[in-house]
Amino acid sequence: MNLNFKHEWIETNIGLLAVLTMLAISVGGLVEIAPLFFIDKTIEKVEGVRPYTPLEQRGRDIYIREGCYLCHSQMIRPFRDEKLRYGHYSLAAESQYDHPFQWGSKRTGPDLARVGGKYSNEWQVQHLVAPRSMVPESVMPNYPWLLATPLDLSDVSGRLKALRKVGVPYSLTQAERDANTTKFGETVAAQLHIPDAQKNLVSQANFGNYDGDRSSISEMDALVAYLQVLGTMVDFSKYSDDAFVDNR
Amino acid sequence: MAVTTDSGAEQYNFDIVKKFAVMSLVWAVVGMFVGVYIASELAWPFLNFDSPYFSFGRFRPVHTSAVIFGFGGSALFATSYYVVQRTCQARLISDGMASFTFWGWQTVIVLAALSYVMGYSQGREYAEMEWPIDLLVEVVWVTYLILYVGTIMRRKQSHIYVANWFYLSFILATALLHTFNNLAMPIDLFSMKSYSLFSGTQDAMVQWWYGHNAVGFFLTAAFLGMMYYFVPKQAGRPIYSYRLSVVHFWALSFMYMWVGAHHLHWTALPDWTSSLAAAFSILLLMPSWGGMINGIMTLSGAWDKLRTDPIMRFMIVALSFYGMSTFEGPMMSLKEVNALSHYTDWTVGHVHSGALGWVAMISFGSLYHMIPKLWGTQIYSRKLVEWHFWLATIGIVLYIVAMWISGITQGLMWRAFDEFGNLQYSFVESVAEMMPFYAMRAIGGMFFLTGTVLMAGNMFMTIRQGKRENAILDAKLAHA
Repeated sequence: MNLNFKHEWIETNIGLLAVLTMLAISVGGLVEIAPLFFIDKTIEKVEGVRPYTPLEQRGRDIYIREGCYLCHSQMIRPFRDEKLRYGHYSLAAESQYDHPFQWGSKRTGPDLARVGGKYSNEWQVQHLVAPRSMVPESVMPNYPWLLATPLDLSDVSGRLKALRKVGVPYSLTQAERDANTTKFGETVAAQLHIPDAQKNLVSQANFGNYDGDRSSISEMDALVAYLQVLGTMVDFSKYSDDAFVDNR
Repeated sequence: MAVTTDSGAEQYNFDIVKKFAVMSLVWAVVGMFVGVYIASELAWPFLNFDSPYFSFGRFRPVHTSAVIFGFGGSALFATSYYVVQRTCQARLISDGMASFTFWGWQTVIVLAALSYVMGYSQGREYAEMEWPIDLLVEVVWVTYLILYVGTIMRRKQSHIYVANWFYLSFILATALLHTFNNLAMPIDLFSMKSYSLFSGTQDAMVQWWYGHNAVGFFLTAAFLGMMYYFVPKQAGRPIYSYRLSVVHFWALSFMYMWVGAHHLHWTALPDWTSSLAAAFSILLLMPSWGGMINGIMTLSGAWDKLRTDPIMRFMIVALSFYGMSTFEGPMMSLKEVNALSHYTDWTVGHVHSGALGWVAMISFGSLYHMIPKLWGTQIYSRKLVEWHFWLATIGIVLYIVAMWISGITQGLMWRAFDEFGNLQYSFVESVAEMMPFYAMRAIGGMFFLTGTVLMAGNMFMTIRQGKRENAILDAKLAHA
């Protein structure tokens, strides 16, 4: 820039003004976002994290549809009180297959990152239908329609295919399935195979009996299946207390 | 007729400004009503009525979209079209394109609201619209950009007035943010459902880069553009410092884009990113206050207007809230403060001190200035403007104070330990503690909404009065 620079040049030239403004607003995002895709340490190397089963993924879709993220976070921070209340702090790896992320920004209700297995299926169903029957002080809405609405199974493979396109390792071919077997083991790989998606969904719902009614698969089955898997994939007893400190 | 009603009617396209101005009042009433409703749901949960369509989770995006994009967006379209034409002394380059932005934008808001209650959501805060609506936004926005830049190119004098820099920065930034944050894969072409292109940590970063800059550009830079035209106009004085406006424009545009990650302190986002964002958040205090000082000092030498002119009072109180919330923001971006404030109602209070105190108040002031001019008349009732001012101000104070108390209470209760080192409170004890403050917040919202309804009525009467006066004038001229 030469010493005779005058701001007047910019404010009398719309092209220059637009280009310089565009430059000014582009730098921050580039510097903070782009490296996250390339720096290896951004996501921890940890065992156990897998994509959701078809039933869990459908439950996640319902979680998003109902706007649960507006009152519940899924991101435990590394504080002593949060460890006691919710468990080990959340790892980046634990949401690596989450499209979109659901970390949330508000805790009108408690964090749900490790709610899986904390309550029985029966408790979850009753609490979703009528929260104040279980927790009198709660301000959560009732969700009775989840139990009454049959789960739409028709497009489950379409949903998994869309997720596959954005990078979640659901398999379409035998080669992809074999790769999943190596990575996640036989049982998980079978669940991730798109051609079997509907079959897998039905068998998990029938076996898990999440909503307490085996006669049909409701939206409640899917949502409870999702809630019950949250935060349960990583076995933290295998790692030392400060195993993940460097990743922060 | 056009000649008699307004000397500018042919020189400028004011029809489009009128349409957007009216719709911004309509969306203000609708959006704030929904806001009061969902605030009441948190205080009295029976209001969810066991219905999917009224439940908090689906209704909350209706509130945010209606006030941000409906009310705020329409007010910005209206004022930017007004300002760009008057400061460039040039008519918008195309009436057809202008009209398309109006119908396109209104369609976006209606479709968004309907889709949310029907259960279509991307699950990203302030970007809940699913992909077909996002595409419509994209088309409308590019049209807006072309129209805006094209009109500036037609200007009659060499300099581009400062208000236009801010509007331009807002239009460009919104295009950038909207495009990248909404990259998603639909299930198929006939399905509303899509999945974000990014996942987990990267997705969180992209979303809050968007989320905070929706605040930074949509709700700040653009409204500064509004401020740079309407405050000097209403005060009848030139802007305080030209140099300050240059410096704070570039600093604000550059720095805002860095600060989004302060929404992700202590999360699984790498520490370097959120620390960098915090550093920029603190730096951002300077350009923010640059704008506030430039606005408030414009009134120096005419301070008596604060007593005599209720419209000026809206604008100055708006700038004061802008200064207050841009101080509170950097403070909350400090990691130690954020550890307490994040996930609590404090954040909600902070957003509303900006949204109600700054964005809504500066819009009200500008619309009160502009609407009588557009219809060639005087404000129907200045008394009602006074009432509106006090109802709005009391409403904001009730709202913010309630959220400060509840937010800090939550933060302290969650981290309290008893003498044995166990957690002192269960989560639900903190929920029970919130009840009086949630009620107080809802009441604050009702005050604010009442003021807005008064304004809508007052403006309705003003427009009717303007039309009548012009009809009488036309009749007289026809006889002469």
